[in-house]
Amino acid sequence: MAKILLVEDDPSARVGLEMALTRQGHGVTARATGEDGLDALRALHPEIAILDVMLPGIDGIEVCRRIRRDDSIGRALPVILLTARGDDLDVVLGLEAGADDYVVKPVEPRVLDARIRAVLRRAEQSGLDRSVHGDLVIDRTSLKVTKAGTDLRLTPTELRLLLELARRPGHALTRRHLLAAVWEHTYPGDSRLVDACVQRVRAKIEDDPADPRLIETVRGFGYRFAAP
Amino acid sequence: MTVRALRPLTGLRARLAAAFLAVALLASVLASGISYVLYRRMMLDRAQDEVVADVRETLTFQVPRQLPPDSANVLGDRLELALTGQVEIRVSEAAPAVDVLTVRARADEEPGGDERRAAAVAVRPGEPVAVPEPGTLHVPVTREFAERALKETVFRRVVRDGTPYLLVGAHPTGYTTTVTEPARTTPPMVFVSVDLSREADDLRLFTRALLIADGAAVACALVLAFLATRGVLRPVRRLGAAARALGEGDLDTRVDVRGRDELADLARTFNGTAEALERTVTELRAMDAASRRFVADVSHELRTPLTSMVALTDVLAEDAAAAPGDGRAARLVAAETRRLGVLVEHLIEISRFDAGAAALVLDEVNVAEAVAATLDARGWTGDVAVDGAADPSVRLDPRRFDVVLANLVGNALRHGRPPVTVRFGPADRDGRAGVEVAVADRGPGLPDGLHDAIFDRFVKADAARAASEGSGLGLSIAKENAVLHGGTLEAADRPGGGAVFTLWLPAERPGEERESA
Repeated sequence: MAKILLVEDDPSARVGLEMALTRQGHGVTARATGEDGLDALRALHPEIAILDVMLPGIDGIEVCRRIRRDDSIGRALPVILLTARGDDLDVVLGLEAGADDYVVKPVEPRVLDARIRAVLRRAEQSGLDRSVHGDLVIDRTSLKVTKAGTDLRLTPTELRLLLELARRPGHALTRRHLLAAVWEHTYPGDSRLVDACVQRVRAKIEDDPADPRLIETVRGFGYRFAAP
Repeated sequence: MTVRALRPLTGLRARLAAAFLAVALLASVLASGISYVLYRRMMLDRAQDEVVADVRETLTFQVPRQLPPDSANVLGDRLELALTGQVEIRVSEAAPAVDVLTVRARADEEPGGDERRAAAVAVRPGEPVAVPEPGTLHVPVTREFAERALKETVFRRVVRDGTPYLLVGAHPTGYTTTVTEPARTTPPMVFVSVDLSREADDLRLFTRALLIADGAAVACALVLAFLATRGVLRPVRRLGAAARALGEGDLDTRVDVRGRDELADLARTFNGTAEALERTVTELRAMDAASRRFVADVSHELRTPLTSMVALTDVLAEDAAAAPGDGRAARLVAAETRRLGVLVEHLIEISRFDAGAAALVLDEVNVAEAVAATLDARGWTGDVAVDGAADPSVRLDPRRFDVVLANLVGNALRHGRPPVTVRFGPADRDGRAGVEVAVADRGPGLPDGLHDAIFDRFVKADAARAASEGSGLGLSIAKENAVLHGGTLEAADRPGGGAVFTLWLPAERPGEERESA
C-alpha cells in the first residue's frame, strides 16, 4: 500500500513492526539510526516516515525537524512518531517539531495501520473547487494552496486540517471534531495534535502567525476559519 | 507591608516608642516640676524678704525713739508715704521732736506706680484692733491678721481676682513714750500690700520655658525611639521578609549577619535553618526527579520488548491458523501478550501518579458526548442505559475521563448484572459547581469487607476470576484520575441491590488557566 520508512533502534521491535506492517500490505524499509534514516529518506523517497523518538545519535524528534527543513527530502513528508515514554514532554516536542501524529508503544498493528492510512489520506474533494481568502487560494481539485501566488507546501495532515476548516468558514469546530475528521482518531484523542497542527498551518498561511486572521481560536472550544 | 500597616498600635515599634516616650515624659516632668517649685519659692521669698525688710527699715528709720506726744496721726501719714515710696522722710537724730525734716522725691521709683499701697491704722490700747478701710489696700485685711500684726511683723500671700498680692502687717517697736498718754502717743500699725503680678508673669514665662523644654525632650525621645527601634526592627523586618521568601519557595534566601547581638544570633540560626531546608528540599527534588526518571526508564524498557510482541501476535495467530493444529498456543500467547500489555500500561500509569508525573490535558468537554463516545468506542452502547441532562459542559481531561468511565462501566458489565446505567448531571459539592457521573448495576453489590478497600491496588472483587481478568489496578487508576481532576470517586451499595460508583469532577479547578492556542 504505502512505501514506509521505519526508524527504530531496538532490533526485535524493528523486525516485529516491519513484519506486522508488511502483513498489512505496506512496503517497509527499516533503519536503526536517525542518520541512516535520513540517508534512506533522500535515496528512497518513501511516502511516510515512522520514527522512534529515542534513537542513538540524533533522535526521532530531531530527524523530524530536519525533514521539515530539508527540501531534498520533501518538507511535506508525513511523519508518525513512535514513543515508548508517552511522556507529555516527548509528545509536545514531537508535535512542535512537525510530526503529524504519534503512537505509544506497544502499538497494535491494526491501530498503526489505521493511523498511517489516516495521515496519508488526502481530503475528499467536496464543496467548491476553488476558494479565495484574501491572497490565500485553496484549490481543492489539484490540492494546492497558494499564498500571494507562491505554492505553500503543506503536509497531508496540514492540508486536510486546512480544508476541513475552510470548508465551513465562520463555523467553529471543536478539537474533538477535528481529531475525528482529520486524524480519524477514535475517542478520546489528544487535542494537542490539533493545537500543534494549527500552529504549523498558521505559520504557513497567516501574514502574522502571532496575530492570526484566517484561523481563529475559539476559546475553550476549538477553531474557526474566518468568514469571507 | 500591608501586614505591618494593620498593626500600628500593637507592633513592637509602637510599644518601644511608647516606653521611650513614657520615660522621657516622666523624667522631664519630674525635672521641670522640681525646678518650678524651687524657682517659685525662691522668687516669692525674695519678693517677700525685700518687702518685709523695707517695712522694717522704714519703721526703724521713720519712727523716732522718743515719740512726741500726740504724734500718732502724723506718724501714720508719714509712714504711708514712706512705705509707698513716694517720698523719703528722714527723722533728724538731732531733733527728734521736730515733725518733718526732709521730704525728697525718690528718683528710682516710677511715678504713678500702684505696685505698693500702704495704710496706717491707729492703735488705741484697750480697744479692739482696727483694720484699714476697704479699698485702701489691694486686698482687705482680716481682723485676725491685724491682731497678729500687732505683736510681730507678719506677711501673707493673697490671690485676688487672679492676681497674687503680698500683704505685710507690722507695728513699730523700740520707742519710748509718755506713759500717761498712751492713747495718743501709741504709733499706728502699718499694712502694706504689694502687687506680685510681675513675679507671677516671670513665673509664667519660666513655666512656659519649662513646657517648651518638656516638649523638646518628648520630641527628642520620639526621634530617638524611632531611630533606636529602626535599628532594632530593621533586622527583625529583614528576617521576616526572608522567612516569607523562604516560605514562598526562595530556598536560597539568606540574611546578612551583622554584629554580635541576639539579633545576629537569630539571623545566624535562620541562615542555618534555611541552609538545612534547602539541602533537604534539593535532596527531595533530586529523589523526585530520580523516581520520575525511573518511571520513564521502566516504561521505556518494558514497552520496547512488548512492541515487537504485540506487533507479532497477529502474525503469530494468522500463521498458527494456517499451520496444522488448532493454533491454541498461538492464540493464548496473543491473548496473554495483550494482557501483559494492559498490565504494563496500568503499572506505568500508577507509577506516574506516584511519581507526581501525571498531568492534566484539559479541554472543554460535553459530558453527554464524552459518555456516548466512550461507550461507542468499546461497543457498549447497546448494553448500557444512559440518562442525563443534555449539556453539562466542563473542562476536563477527555482521555482520563474516558479511562475512568470505561473502567467503571467495564467493571459493571463484568461483575454486575444488567441493566447497567450511567446517569450524569450537574452537581454542586461544597459550594463548587461540578458534574456527577454515576455508574450503577444490579449485581451482587460491593463484595463484603471490601467497601473501604475497593480502590486499593490489586484488590479484586471476584477472587475466582482474579487470574483471568483485569490488572487489579483499574479502580486505583480511576480514583487517582478523579483526584488529579480535584474530584472524587466513591463506591456504595445501591438500594435494591447492585453497586453504584459515583464520579464527581469540578467544573473549574482553582488556579488553572490553560488554554491551548
